Amino acid sequence: MSDSISRREWTLATLGLATPAELAQAWQHAHEAAAAPPAKLNVLDPEMAREIEALTSRIIPSDGSPGAREAGVIYFIDRALGGWQSEHLPAYRRGMTEVQALRTRMFPNSSSIAALSEADQDRLIAAFDQTPFFSLLRTHTAFGFLGSPAYGGNRGGAGWAHIGFEDRASFSPPFGYYDAQALREGGK
Amino acid sequence: MTAKFRPADPVDFVVIGSGAAGGVVAKELSTAGFRVVVLEQGPYLREKDYSHDEIHFATRQGLTNDIKRQPVLYRATASDPAVPRKAVGYGRQVGGGTVHFAANYWRFHESDFDERTRFGDVPGSVFADWPIRYADLEPYYAKAEREIGISGLAGANPFEAPRSGPYPVPPLPVKSSGVLFDQACRKLGLHSFPAPMAILSQPYRGRGACTHCGFCSWFGCEMRAKSSTLVSVIPVAEKTGRCEIRANCYARKIDTDKRGRVTGVIYFDERKREIRQRAKAVVLCANGAESPKLLLLSKSNLFPDGLANSSGMAGKCLMWDNTFGVNGLFEHPLNEFKSVKVTRVAHDYYRSDPKRGFYGGGGIDARFGGYPAGFAIGGLPPDAPRWGAEYKRQLAEYFTRTMMVAGHCTSLPVESNNITLSPDVKDEWGLPVMVVTFRYHSDDLKTQQWLRLRMIEILEAAGARKVWGGPGADPGSTFHLMGTCRMGTDPKRSVVNPFSRAHDVPNLYIVDGSNFVTSGRQQPTATIQALAYRASDHIVRSVRG
Repeated sequence: MSDSISRREWTLATLGLATPAELAQAWQHAHEAAAAPPAKLNVLDPEMAREIEALTSRIIPSDGSPGAREAGVIYFIDRALGGWQSEHLPAYRRGMTEVQALRTRMFPNSSSIAALSEADQDRLIAAFDQTPFFSLLRTHTAFGFLGSPAYGGNRGGAGWAHIGFEDRASFSPPFGYYDAQALREGGK
Repeated sequence: MTAKFRPADPVDFVVIGSGAAGGVVAKELSTAGFRVVVLEQGPYLREKDYSHDEIHFATRQGLTNDIKRQPVLYRATASDPAVPRKAVGYGRQVGGGTVHFAANYWRFHESDFDERTRFGDVPGSVFADWPIRYADLEPYYAKAEREIGISGLAGANPFEAPRSGPYPVPPLPVKSSGVLFDQACRKLGLHSFPAPMAILSQPYRGRGACTHCGFCSWFGCEMRAKSSTLVSVIPVAEKTGRCEIRANCYARKIDTDKRGRVTGVIYFDERKREIRQRAKAVVLCANGAESPKLLLLSKSNLFPDGLANSSGMAGKCLMWDNTFGVNGLFEHPLNEFKSVKVTRVAHDYYRSDPKRGFYGGGGIDARFGGYPAGFAIGGLPPDAPRWGAEYKRQLAEYFTRTMMVAGHCTSLPVESNNITLSPDVKDEWGLPVMVVTFRYHSDDLKTQQWLRLRMIEILEAAGARKVWGGPGADPGSTFHLMGTCRMGTDPKRSVVNPFSRAHDVPNLYIVDGSNFVTSGRQQPTATIQALAYRASDHIVRSVRG
């Protein structure tokens, strides 16, 4: 994140676009946003957090690149349930109780979601992925992966890096493949 | 420099609302020498209050009305139960919706003003001509573009109405979505043109140009490049020393005397204390939902059905933002998250053609679909997996390679689509909340389906590898608030006269999207601001005699 606004870009942008004060302010914002809160739990107990994290890690797995686990999605969820999403805390408690009951039925010898193999975790999710609780969990996982790092998830911009998004105060054209191609062809 | 007026001393004008219309009216009246108090429900924000936080600004719509504090009830028809839902939204800070809008800035076409005559009657609606013509509004469109700061290319749209001059600044650089749209339109014989945007492509009147950060829609511009009224005309108003902006002030009643003249406005200040600001006249610019709400709240013995509502039309004929998107996936990255939302538009299907068998038309644009988290939840095609390795892979493939083509359709005026007051539900200030009753006219739905096919043709001609999306079954919510204080010459069938003055009350003007007789093809801001300049001009002339 700290290199997301390069010196060169900063200088370029001050030369004829925004005023230096405006850009300085935006630059400041970007860095404030990058200062993620510490990874600690406030609302969920560690055991429940581990179980929820096991589910989020199958929604966005860590297959060769950072997934929900590395992005700290569980810390996003914990903070959200203690703040702007607190109305959903009962749904989590109820939902997880139901998922645990489902796990016990499907895998009678298992001790936790986290201890299941990935294949069994996927089977478990497939058995409840049409429920409102799963939709809530999926929404929170997506927000924890791709929302601002200031909310505790998307650590180091891991989610943004995965999808190719960059959070910057400025860009210069060309922005993408097709406008770059049009510029090249127009220049011939 | 900042004016400070005492509530007991009558000012020349109280302006209610500081958005697209209110900001313009405040500037015009204060620079003409009048003393003006502007009442704004929301806060006075500065660039330091904005950031790129998608969750706060886009997901939670942090710059708009908060339905926890001011609930909104919705029902499709009067016989359905009204349920809590953000059916109407509006910008709620100094500058109003112009702070967070995507900044599309289309003039109406000449045909918009007399389309009833051109097309004929549409059963089930109160489709009508406007009492003014494009030529009446043209000088004010031109003034709005100059004073507000609009980027665009005059003459590039072969369907545009005559213009008296160019845009003050050139168009913004084209994005990949715009290049693909251009190519597709050429193949199909359509006419794409650079989007007119209220975002500066070059420094203009003390403000800097857009730096293409990509955070326009739902966000405030940290660079002051988006031409909100907050950064364009409101500073001019405040510099006169005759305009006081009172933020966090929520009007609850427009007061009248025994003769039926407006005498001032009662409002709640930021500590919820009731204040009565006396005024010689009032200009109501609260938007197409809040303006009729305040009229209905301002009942009195003389005005038992609400102020300026002898016609019974206040609140009626609410027209909706009939817009939807179709998405296309392309081979290479477009990176639509960079720069402004829209860079190309086509108006080939704007006209309503009786041969289609229904009324309606639409403008089409090429645009960025959604910010990262929103994209992860709703941006992939319906057949995409919702979780797992393939879901993760598709997020990475689609986010940078997807563009949206948006269709902006007509919404017919229907009397039973309206804003009324709830008999039982109150807001945080104890005022009755609004009930929104709205259901599309069947022609509006036919227009959607017809235009959707045209939009798919464009994406396919552009070489999309996959195309998906379209209008939902539910109208969702609207931020284009039009039609609820209709403009007309007949006081029995309209609320304001052709200069936006209330038929019933000589010292009350109502000017905002509520004046609209028809919906155009959405993107109402340019027309709202042209109406505001025209009404202001009329006010200044009538007072000076």
